Amino acid sequence: MKSSLSWLFICSFLLLAACQQSAWNNPYPEQDSSKRIYYDSFSERPKHLDPVSSYSANEYVFLGQIYEPPLQYHFLKRPYELIPLTATELPQPIYLDGEGRVLSQDTESGKIDQVKYRISIKPGILFQPHPAFAKDASENYLYHDLTPKKLENIHALSDFKTVGTRELLAKDYVYQIKRMAHPKIHSPIAGLMGKYIVGLNELAEELHKLDLPNSNYIDLNQYELPGVKIIDDTTFEVTLKQKYPQFLYWLSMSFFAPMPWEADFFYSQAGMVEKNITLDWYPVGTGPFMLTENNPNRRMVLEQNPNFRGEAYPEKGDEGDEVLGLLEDAGKTMPFIDKAIYSLEKESIPSWNKFLQGYYDTSGIVSDSFDQAVQFNAQGDAELTDEMQEKGIRLITAITTSTYYMGFNMADDVIGGDSERAMLLRRAISIAVDYKEYISIFANGRGKPAQGPIPPGIFGALEDEAGINPYIYKWENNKAVRRDIEEARRLMVQAGYPNGREQTTGKPLVLHLDTPAAGPGAKAGFDWIRKQFSKLGINLVIRATDYNRFQEKIRKGTAQMYQWGWNADYPDPENFMFLLYGPNGKVKYQGENASNYSNAEFDKLFNQMKSMNNSPERQDIINQMVAVARKDAPWLWGFHPVGFSLHHEWYHNAKPNLMANNKLKYRRIEPGIRTDKRIEWNKPVWWPVALLFVLLVVILLPAIISYRRREKQSIL
Amino acid sequence: MPVIFITDAFIFLLVFMVLAFVLYARKHEHLSAPWKDVARRPIAMSAAIFLAVYVVIGLIDSLHFHPKLEDTKSDKTIYSTEILSVLDIVLNDLRQNTERTYSAPLASYAFAKEMIELPDGKQTRDYPRLKYGGAHLDDPESEGSSDIAKRLVSGLISGLLISLMLIFSVIFQLKKKPEEPFKVTLQKCIKDELDIPWYAIFITLTFITLVICCVYSLAQHYHVFGTDKVGQDVLYQSLKSIRTGLVIGTLTTLVMLPFAIMMGLMAGYFRGWIDDVIQYLYTTLNSIPSVLLIAASILLLQVYISNHEADFTSLEQRADLRLLFLCIILGITSWTGLCRLLRAETLKLREVDYVQAAQAFGVGNITIMLRHLLPNVMHIVMISIVLDFSGLVLAEAVLSYINIGVDPSMYSWGNMINSARLEIARDPVVWWSLAAAFIFMFILVLAANLFSDAVRDAFDPRLRGDI
Amino acid sequence: MMTYILRRIAYSIPILIGVNIITFVLFFVVNTPDDMARMQLGAKHVSEAAINKWKEERGYDKPILWNSEAQATEKITDTIFFQNSVKLFLFDFGSSDSGRDISYDISQRMWPSLSITVPSLILGLIAYITFGLILAFFRSSYIDVTGVILCVAMMSISGLFYIIGGQYLIGKVLHLVPISGYDVGFNAIKFTILPILIGLVGGIGASTRWYRTIFLEEMGKDYVRTAKAKGLSEVIVLYKHVLSNGLIPILTGVVVILPSLFIGSLIVESFFAIPGLGSYTIDAISAQDFAIVRSMVFLGSVLYIIGLILTDISYTLVDPRVRLN
Repeated sequence: MKSSLSWLFICSFLLLAACQQSAWNNPYPEQDSSKRIYYDSFSERPKHLDPVSSYSANEYVFLGQIYEPPLQYHFLKRPYELIPLTATELPQPIYLDGEGRVLSQDTESGKIDQVKYRISIKPGILFQPHPAFAKDASENYLYHDLTPKKLENIHALSDFKTVGTRELLAKDYVYQIKRMAHPKIHSPIAGLMGKYIVGLNELAEELHKLDLPNSNYIDLNQYELPGVKIIDDTTFEVTLKQKYPQFLYWLSMSFFAPMPWEADFFYSQAGMVEKNITLDWYPVGTGPFMLTENNPNRRMVLEQNPNFRGEAYPEKGDEGDEVLGLLEDAGKTMPFIDKAIYSLEKESIPSWNKFLQGYYDTSGIVSDSFDQAVQFNAQGDAELTDEMQEKGIRLITAITTSTYYMGFNMADDVIGGDSERAMLLRRAISIAVDYKEYISIFANGRGKPAQGPIPPGIFGALEDEAGINPYIYKWENNKAVRRDIEEARRLMVQAGYPNGREQTTGKPLVLHLDTPAAGPGAKAGFDWIRKQFSKLGINLVIRATDYNRFQEKIRKGTAQMYQWGWNADYPDPENFMFLLYGPNGKVKYQGENASNYSNAEFDKLFNQMKSMNNSPERQDIINQMVAVARKDAPWLWGFHPVGFSLHHEWYHNAKPNLMANNKLKYRRIEPGIRTDKRIEWNKPVWWPVALLFVLLVVILLPAIISYRRREKQSIL
Repeated sequence: MPVIFITDAFIFLLVFMVLAFVLYARKHEHLSAPWKDVARRPIAMSAAIFLAVYVVIGLIDSLHFHPKLEDTKSDKTIYSTEILSVLDIVLNDLRQNTERTYSAPLASYAFAKEMIELPDGKQTRDYPRLKYGGAHLDDPESEGSSDIAKRLVSGLISGLLISLMLIFSVIFQLKKKPEEPFKVTLQKCIKDELDIPWYAIFITLTFITLVICCVYSLAQHYHVFGTDKVGQDVLYQSLKSIRTGLVIGTLTTLVMLPFAIMMGLMAGYFRGWIDDVIQYLYTTLNSIPSVLLIAASILLLQVYISNHEADFTSLEQRADLRLLFLCIILGITSWTGLCRLLRAETLKLREVDYVQAAQAFGVGNITIMLRHLLPNVMHIVMISIVLDFSGLVLAEAVLSYINIGVDPSMYSWGNMINSARLEIARDPVVWWSLAAAFIFMFILVLAANLFSDAVRDAFDPRLRGDI
Repeated sequence: MMTYILRRIAYSIPILIGVNIITFVLFFVVNTPDDMARMQLGAKHVSEAAINKWKEERGYDKPILWNSEAQATEKITDTIFFQNSVKLFLFDFGSSDSGRDISYDISQRMWPSLSITVPSLILGLIAYITFGLILAFFRSSYIDVTGVILCVAMMSISGLFYIIGGQYLIGKVLHLVPISGYDVGFNAIKFTILPILIGLVGGIGASTRWYRTIFLEEMGKDYVRTAKAKGLSEVIVLYKHVLSNGLIPILTGVVVILPSLFIGSLIVESFFAIPGLGSYTIDAISAQDFAIVRSMVFLGSVLYIIGLILTDISYTLVDPRVRLN
């Protein structure tokens, strides 16, 4: 009995050894090693997989591969460029005046009454195999009259045995746009699009009045949406109430992906929701992949869509792409992988270690493993450490189109408002909080201190000396240098807070910062921020709350300072500037302007800028806007993170593209190399286990011997 | 200007109660006898010394105040809004000597390479010198280890001297009569002929003094346990965490004690519907998974705090309230066990002759409970207090892991472990935060476990599991 | 016997009602329907109208406990509390705030939890009893002393260290098992080895010590002495008498935790990414999915009560002197 435990372990290990010949710690079945499978991880369950309600990057990882909106971003070219995906060409805006007459392209936006986009899609595109399309011999839909009895043995979508397909038509796109107005689906962009698409708000009101007792299904084909018309089988037209060049960007997002009515009807049948068979769970698309396993507790599996038409890898790229091997597959038919498995990883340590063991093909770098992976050379450029280079790992970096900032609530008595005092105080704080240090401590240098709202790489952001924020930086020795802390202290004196005390009462100045960050990991960050404010003698109280509470405070405007960030929806400065636009104020208008900043001049310029095409004039206006914002300092311009990502040598066609969501089809894997490396890197180490066993025996042996002797003596 | 947190107040109340009990018990043989039994056990006494050191540190850390601000222009003295404790003043150097980021224990150089600007304006990538760690050395590479050794030796010597002085002064106190030769007393101590195993106490004391002296002599110029991500001294964090651990371990019991005793006695004594109600109450509370109950309550508190933001002028106050709340809620989930034990014991006791007699004489129920029942169940209370302590200290770490423990801004071992979790993924490994939390927690819990074993044996011989 | 069980079950109903009220009040104060809506609808571009719509759909726009506008009995039934809580008693957990069927999720996630907890329990019992017997057998020898010291030391280490250390050492350094994850069928074995092992090691200290005390107590009893005096070998006495009699308190101690095996371990599961009920609960707490948390609380309470009843029954089975009444 005494070694039964060790026996059990040895047995179970032997059992394992019998079924596999390679690495012990391989989390995947052995037979999969030679297949063209891409392995990655996800950390959070996707909440929505319905393209009309999904609005988050972790959902786009899947949706982008399944659904195909009319447009996409070019995989290789920079700056980002829209190209057709299912559309035959990039739609051109047609400007109309009040009487419906076509205006020339250079008409001022004020004179334009309506804008039309005519979109034609490629013929012959098929949907993925799906039971919603399945028909019997007499052309009737097989699964459109499901009864509780028929559903008895159905627990997942795969339990429907027959599948079918259909050609993608213009009406599928139109159907999806109408779904934005569906009262039971909460499309996050319904409000925004209602401002632009003719008749969308009215349709929403009409549908809201419907009584839907049993089902969520509305036959949207029966309802008219004046702004969206089907011209013929493969052409439709969208009419906007005003000039809105950014609309094309939206056409590349899955909100505008096609939705066959069959699928909507199929999923809306009684009994399906109870079985968790919904559109939010099982997408139906035309893209290169289809979701075959949706088990967010463990893994999500995408497999090649057998009906995919095939698309050619881009022939041309940017300068240098050829050298990097990004054009090796030029012109070949995508996709290059058969299957993609995303495993759930909530903790960063296991996923990083599995990457190093070769079980994930790519990985980001968390701050704590950064030093192991990356070092900076003498020129200050990031390069991989020797350990990583030996493993053949490669690094790609890109400045993200996001900004992290600390906002001042402009409605606050102390820190907000237009007064000179508050403005000087804000500026003093802006100098004191050294984001460069923050980046080096918390992001391992993976970030660029922000000079204004617009991240580099987006039109409107300026480089070098022209781009610095003169209130906070100086240009010295060809680089931006943060102004001296003494200068900030002088500003504090001018603002009436010498040494961080109120001049009149001598009381220390206490400020409050709200942040949704919580948990032990955030403590170091809090300490750091408090240290920054204490440079000016200001006592900073940090109120960390959960995200709900935080949002509520922002909505009510009770926060004094807060930390937040913004990820670009599309690469246009409008998507950042509108965060400071007065009529977007959070408290008054429930917009996205969380600082409630409002400056008449800024607002006027914004209205001018937003509908302009990129041009030197637009740049000029943006410069003026940035100057106004910098002077008022409603934000403490934080930083733009730089994304670092690693991938193994068997993984090809990795180029950072922050806008495209449908990147999986470009990827290529060499399973042979991968299998060899995995075995090489994961040789099991047995001696400690053996040692432990020997130790146990050594401890027990003398006692057993002495017991035996005692027994013998007693018998004698 | 002193500040008294709610937990501080409770701690002082607890200290006061312990003192009162000690004074009372000295006069009452039946109360002090089991404690004398505890004192006869060498392991228990060693453990008690360790516990005492922790308690002293925790108590010093519970004296909070607003430091005075200097160079004010107005006449009034102005106090900073910052809140410090006396321990912060004692450890002022540790508190303020923060580096930029990680550094290994006793290091003079930073842990990671950085861009350094050389005097001639060129830049290289190398390990920069630390601002404080080993800053007194000209060339740490050659002098470093010998300097550390020198400091260790001086620490050992001074530690030996101090402990010898301590031991001698104790022995002088121990002399039965003034004329008893010193040597005789010493021999008695060593041969363990006295009531209390002084030899064990002396060994423990010497050990602790040596460690403290060595750490002290090193800590003046080095970070003994290295620094964390924002360059804060890990030793300082570990020491500050002691108070949190002790508060959780003791206040929780203190908070639940009145309920548990009252309910347990009442249920057992009155029986009938009162018993039913109380049993219903604790079965209901017990059947809710405690983690979920704690999670809900902590979230509740957060809502309360964010709705009453103005009442909390400082981070420390918020953290303190959360700590107290955690104690209360842990108390609510843990009082049921004690209550059940007390109920069972009372059921037995009420049938005993003297209780029956008292009832027959018409003595009031409350008097019977306080006079006759309470003293006779006190041993159960004592045992459960000491037994719960270590479990609660360990629970804190686990709760912090799922973010429903103490406030993230509070120093606690749980928070240290959590932030250190990611650090062991680094290569080279940053092990010191984890190690420091491990050592400090391990010593406390081990001492508490050993001590509670002795207490249990002394109070309830039936449960004796001889160690 | 049957009547006793029925009575116990009837007695548990008020307890479950109490549990329901407590959790309902706690979570509803914390997590108002507005919060839930916001959490589910995402962060960008959420309007008040969308939130109201969301609440209406899920019946969260009703009054919480008392509907003064409704008719007669509907004053009580047409409320959030009634609508959401009563179904629980029929084990109809409804759907989570994110729209998933909770009963289905629970039935799916139960198995991974069991695949960790059941082997942990069985292997644990074997190991701890073995160690306990060894220590009791060699009582007062160096093995016993070092064993007990080791046990106390291991008891004094936080479980988090076992998890962190085990994963680091066995998964990362020694490459013996996958670091984390889960698979279905036999493939699951390699994923469960480490969590089971860690569960075992974590419990060694306390359990071994406890079992040792039980065995020592048993060995001190008269019948054991008599048996020895009759000249029986010590090993045989140990196996035949001490073990079988000592098992009674051990097994009754085990029965009480049997039902809770379904729930799994919160921390181990979330650390090793095992899709069991423990990580389900943790996820629900962090996602503030009220419906799931409430269901899990209810389930936990039911299992706890079942455990209590089972314990009582097992007492009578093991020891005929105990009568149930």
